Amino acid sequence: MTWPEKRRLGGSAKEKKTLGEGLFRKCDGCDETLETDALAATFEVCPKCEHHHKLAPSRWRDLLLDDGKLEQWDANLVACDPLEFTDGKTYPQRLAAAQRNTGANDAIDTGLASIDGRPIAYGAFFFSFMGGSMGSVVGEKIARLFEGAKERRLPVVLLQASGGARMQEGILSLMQMAKAVAAQERHRGAGLPFLSVLLHPTTGGVAASFAFLGDVNIAEPRALIGFAGARVIETTIRQKLPEGFQRAEFLLEHGLVDRILARSQMRNEFSVLLSHLQAHTAREVG
Amino acid sequence: MASHVLPFEKPLAELLDRVAGLRAALGSDPSLRVELERLEAHAAVVARMLFSELTPWQKVQLSRHPKRPYTLDYIQHLISDFVELHGDRRFSEDAAIVAGLGRFGGRSVLVIGHQKGRAAKENVKRNFGMAQPEGYRKADRLYTIADRFQLPILSFVDTPGAYPGIGAEERGQSEAIGACLATLSRVGVPVITTIIGEGGSGGALALAVANRVHVLEYGTYAVISPEGCASILWKDGTKAPEAAERMRMTAPELLKLGVVDRIVCEPSGGAHRDAAATAALVGQAIEEALTELLPLSREELVNDRYARFRRLGTVRIAS
Repeated sequence: MTWPEKRRLGGSAKEKKTLGEGLFRKCDGCDETLETDALAATFEVCPKCEHHHKLAPSRWRDLLLDDGKLEQWDANLVACDPLEFTDGKTYPQRLAAAQRNTGANDAIDTGLASIDGRPIAYGAFFFSFMGGSMGSVVGEKIARLFEGAKERRLPVVLLQASGGARMQEGILSLMQMAKAVAAQERHRGAGLPFLSVLLHPTTGGVAASFAFLGDVNIAEPRALIGFAGARVIETTIRQKLPEGFQRAEFLLEHGLVDRILARSQMRNEFSVLLSHLQAHTAREVG
Repeated sequence: MASHVLPFEKPLAELLDRVAGLRAALGSDPSLRVELERLEAHAAVVARMLFSELTPWQKVQLSRHPKRPYTLDYIQHLISDFVELHGDRRFSEDAAIVAGLGRFGGRSVLVIGHQKGRAAKENVKRNFGMAQPEGYRKADRLYTIADRFQLPILSFVDTPGAYPGIGAEERGQSEAIGACLATLSRVGVPVITTIIGEGGSGGALALAVANRVHVLEYGTYAVISPEGCASILWKDGTKAPEAAERMRMTAPELLKLGVVDRIVCEPSGGAHRDAAATAALVGQAIEEALTELLPLSREELVNDRYARFRRLGTVRIAS
């Protein structure tokens, strides 16, 4: 299965430290020189130190979904500029640049997919699109994801990687938190499972809305996850933050996530988890 | 008192000081009445002038005015038989959020709001109205009680934001706020929020998933503080006044965006000049909203709240 946007999205070369015409890359975790192809084969996980590098949305689909296939919902939704916001560049200019660089309309893909033949409603943030920030489009697509999943009686698997609310949409971004959680709460009330997957990084308004409300919360190794940014906390309390603060392992230790899963374990474990959470519906069906 | 006067308020504050002085002297010299009345009329004109052209940044300063009425002031003026309830049943009590049961217009309600402190010592206790996860877990617990016992929820928002600290992160600040949003979205009772001062981000929203959201004339509501916005955009927190302009965080802008349903006017010179009059205006607006919402069934109330937030935001179909 090939997807036209795959190359474009996978080729965000800017964030890679390329050596020797792109054949080799240095691991961000251990500085080891690795073959780019080998790294791609392990879904950007360093075979030496298991550092999880950023993974493009199309590769996430390859990793998790049957045939890497997502039947997209609401892909044509795009942002407006309700505040006529400018900070040197206008918001429409920033949106256009992000759209050019990522090939996506906004910071999330949602739709219908399956894992091991089990149909799911799937959503995945793009951190590369304006820091995965949640404005009206992201909020609306998440609300529709949970509403659509409720209608079809499907579980939701949502991958999050976001700096939080989108400042360019101001207070309306904050409102998306309430909107998305309200939809998620209705899905929950209908007895349907929600797997919340916290990738690097998940902070601010996305963390403080649906991210921790999963029936099962799963984090990637070493992912930065938290409410407030490190700089804000340091300025407030006037002290240095401890090593490992707000990392996935810190969250597991403090009881905030259920599991830390390496990429290689995710697909299989999601499938097992969903089989348990949907055991009663399977029985009903016969 | 003098230290609590904002620079742009100064001409008014001086006039009001003279009015107060004259009034005190009136007992011994009734001939001062004419002068007093003249001065009072003049003060009213000055107040109207000064407050008719406030910049967004000046409104931000008013929303944070240290003399502004806080949640407990509204409770004192509007709520009878108030019984404060404490604690999250998990870790501790958080005095940055006050909550309890009381009577509003003869009807039992849950009252909850952020609470700032008046002086240094109280501000330590109240943490400047910045709640820890325990504050939100207390809120969540009491929302459920309100739902069980059919008590309308009246909330008062006044916080710079949820507290950003090590302990707050360790104990799940994000989860605590998210859980409040979820619980408020499902309670089958009227929820009426009044933004009485600062509406700071997620920490404010955790008390504001309401059927009706009112804002005081000089209240603000934003996704981040103007200082925070300026430091992100321009790496310079002192550009907060400029950020405040762009963020559309003042009452008229919020009404235009549909984020609030009603602006409650403040008395001449701002809420801090007359807490009792402000509370009366806030109470009247709540009373009217409650009258509209009380006939609705549990399901209708939940659906009304869902629809309210569902329509917020702007998207379009790509051409």
